[in-house]
Amino acid sequence: MDIKRFLKDICEAPGVSGYENHVGKVIKAALCQYCDEVRQDKMGNIVFYKKGNGISDRPRILLAAHMDEIGLMVTKIEEGGFLRFTAVGGIDPRTIVGQEVILYGKETLAGVIGAKPPHLTDEEERGKGHKLEDLHIDICLPEERVRKLVAPGDLAIIRRELIELAGNSVAAKALDDRAGIAVLLTCLKELERLQHTADVYAVATVQEEVGVRGAAVATYGIVPDIGIAVDVTHGEMPGVPDHEVSYIGKGPALTLGPNIHPKVGKELVRIAKEYRIPYQLEVTPGATGTDARAIQVTRGGIATGLVSIPLRYMHTSVELLDMDDIKQTGRLLAQFIAAVDRESVEGLSCY
Amino acid sequence: MLLKRLTEAYGVSGDEGDIRHILKEELSSSAEEVYTDALGNLFFRKGKGRSAKVMLAAHMDEVGLIVVGFEKSGLLRAHKVGSIDDRVLVSKPVVVGKNKVPGVIGAKAVHLQKPSERKKAIDIDNLYIDLGVRSQDEAEKLVNLGDYVALSTKTREAGENCLIGKAFDDRVGCFLLAELFKEDFALDVTVVFTVQEEIGLRGSGAAAYSVHPDMAIVVEGTSASDVVGTKEAAHATTLGGGPAITLMDASYIAPQKTIDLFVQTAEKLGIPYQFRRSTTSGTDAGKISQTHSGILTGLVSVPCRYIHSPASIVNLDDVQNTLRLLKGVLNVIAEGGISIEAATEKVK
Repeated sequence: MDIKRFLKDICEAPGVSGYENHVGKVIKAALCQYCDEVRQDKMGNIVFYKKGNGISDRPRILLAAHMDEIGLMVTKIEEGGFLRFTAVGGIDPRTIVGQEVILYGKETLAGVIGAKPPHLTDEEERGKGHKLEDLHIDICLPEERVRKLVAPGDLAIIRRELIELAGNSVAAKALDDRAGIAVLLTCLKELERLQHTADVYAVATVQEEVGVRGAAVATYGIVPDIGIAVDVTHGEMPGVPDHEVSYIGKGPALTLGPNIHPKVGKELVRIAKEYRIPYQLEVTPGATGTDARAIQVTRGGIATGLVSIPLRYMHTSVELLDMDDIKQTGRLLAQFIAAVDRESVEGLSCY
Repeated sequence: MLLKRLTEAYGVSGDEGDIRHILKEELSSSAEEVYTDALGNLFFRKGKGRSAKVMLAAHMDEVGLIVVGFEKSGLLRAHKVGSIDDRVLVSKPVVVGKNKVPGVIGAKAVHLQKPSERKKAIDIDNLYIDLGVRSQDEAEKLVNLGDYVALSTKTREAGENCLIGKAFDDRVGCFLLAELFKEDFALDVTVVFTVQEEIGLRGSGAAAYSVHPDMAIVVEGTSASDVVGTKEAAHATTLGGGPAITLMDASYIAPQKTIDLFVQTAEKLGIPYQFRRSTTSGTDAGKISQTHSGILTGLVSVPCRYIHSPASIVNLDDVQNTLRLLKGVLNVIAEGGISIEAATEKVK
């Protein structure tokens, strides 16, 4: 399956944290073709298991990309049928004004996020960013029909089709972290033509955006020797210092720092060099804001790595990245996996 | 559907070509004369020589942006064309230039902003248009300085007989005049699709000067602020409340004659109507009414929520009722139901 087509399908599918079912089905249908077994744990993480060629005592490698996205949840129906809502995950209210939404009530409904009209706000107020409580969803229905079709707890997402931009760039909602899921697919496909001793557990995790919850549970269940999170990282932008960003189109960003096992970090760099895969380094001084944060401290501790795809406008509906970075990240992970053997994982606990 | 086609097309003030093209395609066969002027206003005339000469006007242009510079990274800087609240711009898809190069409007991710920045509105100086290129060179191969940037929204049906889309101000007016022009009235009718309304009513004065009608009617999209958190007194118009008749705005005070014409016709035909309960912002009616030695001008509008934003809402009953009202009004004028002459009184 064409990776861009797959990415479009999963980015456009709804999957707000805690409600990943719909996008999960789309992911399952594509990834299951490249693995030996699929299972879903009690929290909803989907585990794609690909058996290694090792005869016994095979190393276990976990790859985690989260399938949940940030979204909106209805809290109240106001007079006139306007809906108040809260955020699921880190939504910047300023970025959702004037957006279309898809609201999942008793029916799937089209709506718009409205705010107090600008001509009724004074200069000072216009200089301030909108707060969530200033905004409402308008579904163009009279109040009595709204009350029949919508209830507090119903979810909404920003309506956005994937936009193909110049070169290999795309913009979409939820590329954080459906791009990571596309990396998993790329990696599993790549592994079809490689020999690998290790067993691979590629996991589409849940509830990352509300506190890296799914990855902890998935890691506990799998007990991997190595866990690698695949996520997105900030692409370069005017006004942001160079050392805080990565460059779009220049390959995966490999994280270094306390969240990363030093040997895993080094090995990723070595593999990138050996296979001439473009890469960049990113230094994070503490626990990262990714599944790697949870993976590392599961059970008695897991050797953890983090590879990220550079992306601009994180947590908006126009997240932007280069498809080539997804491809290179997938290649890197496949070659990394192929190089792992029993001996190398045993060395991970030796300091 | 013509309204969908007109609203999805791009026509930022100064760049109305695509709208002109659609309207020419749609109306040329119904017209006796089709012409454009030096500003780009588009005219269709029929019934030439009939007794009353009526001009109907709606503006083709919409608010948008224009490219004013390039960053080395290939990001574009832009200025606003017309009155847009900066706060609706971030995170929206756009198209740039003649070739409609797709892009998105982005800002520094919230994670990278300082706490003080997060409280502020993101203004145009902190917004960039991203085409997905990696350098200024690549950007300059795709777009030019001065290229127009239009917000890009597909028009879709929503809720109870409503449409979500962009640029209803004033493509809904263009749509209504196009529908009217396909019918025949016992009048000398010139429909004018004007340019550059959004940057200060720049096109309609010249249009009215050349047409020099006995009477003009302007059809607009106007704001409906009937949303939660807004006091009823500030609603201006109500979505679904029927065509909105203007008594006064920032550019124009309606003559009692035209107000009566709209109200009496609506009542006679049983069409719901409302008065526009706000006096802010100007319209082409202001310019047209002050052209030559004054032109009798009426103004009626379709209510539109979240106007000047990429996702605004109109009610299709309002659109149809405005069309019925306009037809009724033209028939009344044709029957001589309104005196279009300036009043001259002999005092001696």
